[in-house]
Amino acid sequence: MTSTTVDTGVTMERIHSREKLFNRICAGVLIAFALLWLVPLAWAVDTALKPNEETTRTTWLIDSPTFDAFTRTFRDTDMLSWYGASFIISSLTAIGVVIVASLAAFAISRMRFRYKNLVFWGILAGIMIPGQVLIVPWFREFDAINLLNTYWAVILPQLPAAIAVFIFKQFFDGLPRDLEEAARMDGASFFRVYRRIVLPLARPAVAAVAIFTFVTTWNDLLWPLLVLSNPDLMTVPVGLATVQGAFGIRYADTMASAILGAIPLVAVFLLFQRQIVQGIAGSGLKG
Amino acid sequence: MSTQTSTQTDTDLGRGIAPTAPRRGGGLGQGRSAAGFLAPFVILYLLFVIGPTIYGLLLSFTNASLVKPGLNGFAGFGNYGEALGSGDFWSSLWHTLWFTILTTPPLVILGFVLALLANRLGRGRWFFRLAFFAPYVLPSAVVALIWLWLYTPALGLLDTALAKVGMTPPSWLGDAAWAMPSLAITTVWWTLGFNFVLYLAGLQEIPRDLYEAAAMDGAGPWQQIRSITIPMLGRTTTLVAVLQVIASLKVFDQMYLMTQGGPNFATRSILQLVYDEGFTNFRVGYAAAVSMLFFIVVLAVSAVWFTLVRRQEKVV
Repeated sequence: MTSTTVDTGVTMERIHSREKLFNRICAGVLIAFALLWLVPLAWAVDTALKPNEETTRTTWLIDSPTFDAFTRTFRDTDMLSWYGASFIISSLTAIGVVIVASLAAFAISRMRFRYKNLVFWGILAGIMIPGQVLIVPWFREFDAINLLNTYWAVILPQLPAAIAVFIFKQFFDGLPRDLEEAARMDGASFFRVYRRIVLPLARPAVAAVAIFTFVTTWNDLLWPLLVLSNPDLMTVPVGLATVQGAFGIRYADTMASAILGAIPLVAVFLLFQRQIVQGIAGSGLKG
Repeated sequence: MSTQTSTQTDTDLGRGIAPTAPRRGGGLGQGRSAAGFLAPFVILYLLFVIGPTIYGLLLSFTNASLVKPGLNGFAGFGNYGEALGSGDFWSSLWHTLWFTILTTPPLVILGFVLALLANRLGRGRWFFRLAFFAPYVLPSAVVALIWLWLYTPALGLLDTALAKVGMTPPSWLGDAAWAMPSLAITTVWWTLGFNFVLYLAGLQEIPRDLYEAAAMDGAGPWQQIRSITIPMLGRTTTLVAVLQVIASLKVFDQMYLMTQGGPNFATRSILQLVYDEGFTNFRVGYAAAVSMLFFIVVLAVSAVWFTLVRRQEKVV
């Protein structure tokens, strides 16, 4: 490589200067788009910090910035109760999906049994069935077992997540097996191997599935909207959707409620950016 | 088989996993443990995926109602016939497709271009990921509140900005012709980050020396993109495009929250038709039939994806 560089030094230099210009244009375009993407969020924050009367003058400047809109939102809506419901539902769903999917994936990745391929393909087929086409039968089902207007109605249908089994299986397949074989030889049960060896090694997959499930469950609207009509049980999206019209022209209050609804997830995003991104990339590319 | 022997077989088979270890015993000894590991998932899967799918299919052939118990009599293909002959069904299917057409190309192309630029730049990737991906984690209800405010006639940021440069803004969500493009703009802003991240991951898997070799042969940046990046990202593009089409077909939140399907039903999506028929008009059987027709559309898209992936794998 060194000899080639010496031979074609002049050409390389020209290519380098051309690349530098190209990179600069790239940076310009990218930064412009990124700023454009931040405008709606910045404008929401800007509006929320104004008194309601000031919001009708469309300017970024704020004469008398105030947090009143946030205080009013807490006072006039059930935001805290929505947070609680969303947190309980999303956490339980995330934990449940991780346990149920990783157990199934362990069996498929590590054990030999009859009809294994059939089971695996049967589970994969589930990826093709979107929950949205099942809302009608689900509703009848939960109505029949008297679980409408409970957290269970939101949590249970999300637990058999075929995609999570797939992600765990891919990850388990890639783990080295020496340690488990030694443990198995010492008489450790499959469950012990799963719990003490494989699951700890699979921490990245566990984190990715858990956080991704948490975020998607938190954001779900259609199904929770149908089954949570009791205001005490409403999640953040359902609550916001219900009070949406009530603010009228109090734009500062509206934006304050939007920001308060966004804050928990922005926090999750900032804390777990890497795992969320890995979750998406992992589920996608290896498919 | 006694418990003891079964445990014994298990241990032997555990060793058999390694390709080098000698294989002993039959292939069925782990069946019982495997069943234990699979049971929680499989039971939930039967109860909440397979069962409801079959139940939904059954409901679609009945006159079931939300306010009456039982199936309320069989309708044969009546619900399907009604749906296929109804203007509401075809118009909401068309709205869903129109939304998909409006959102897929910009989301795929912008996702690709911006990921390409960010990957080239190397520095400050966290900032771009923040800017493009942060909206994706927001609930649709938050996105709707923010964009309803941006689209507010006369007072909204968009109208004010356009007025400043001397343009007459359209009546974004109030005009039947503009409502869908407006929802598409919001959706592009909201979900671009997902495709951006997928493309960024795909780009990082392309070996660097390919570019170095191309540069050595005198290929400029543009040629490198055309002859290396785009072909190497073929699989990613198929994936992004199909996931995008399916996600767009499933649209509900934006319409429900921002236009309620209006103005004059101009943005009612197929899922909102299911919602309206099933839960506002209580026509469960009919809503189930519409769900099934929608399911067929989604399956068809997935089938196209499978064939594309198969073909790509054969080429590679």
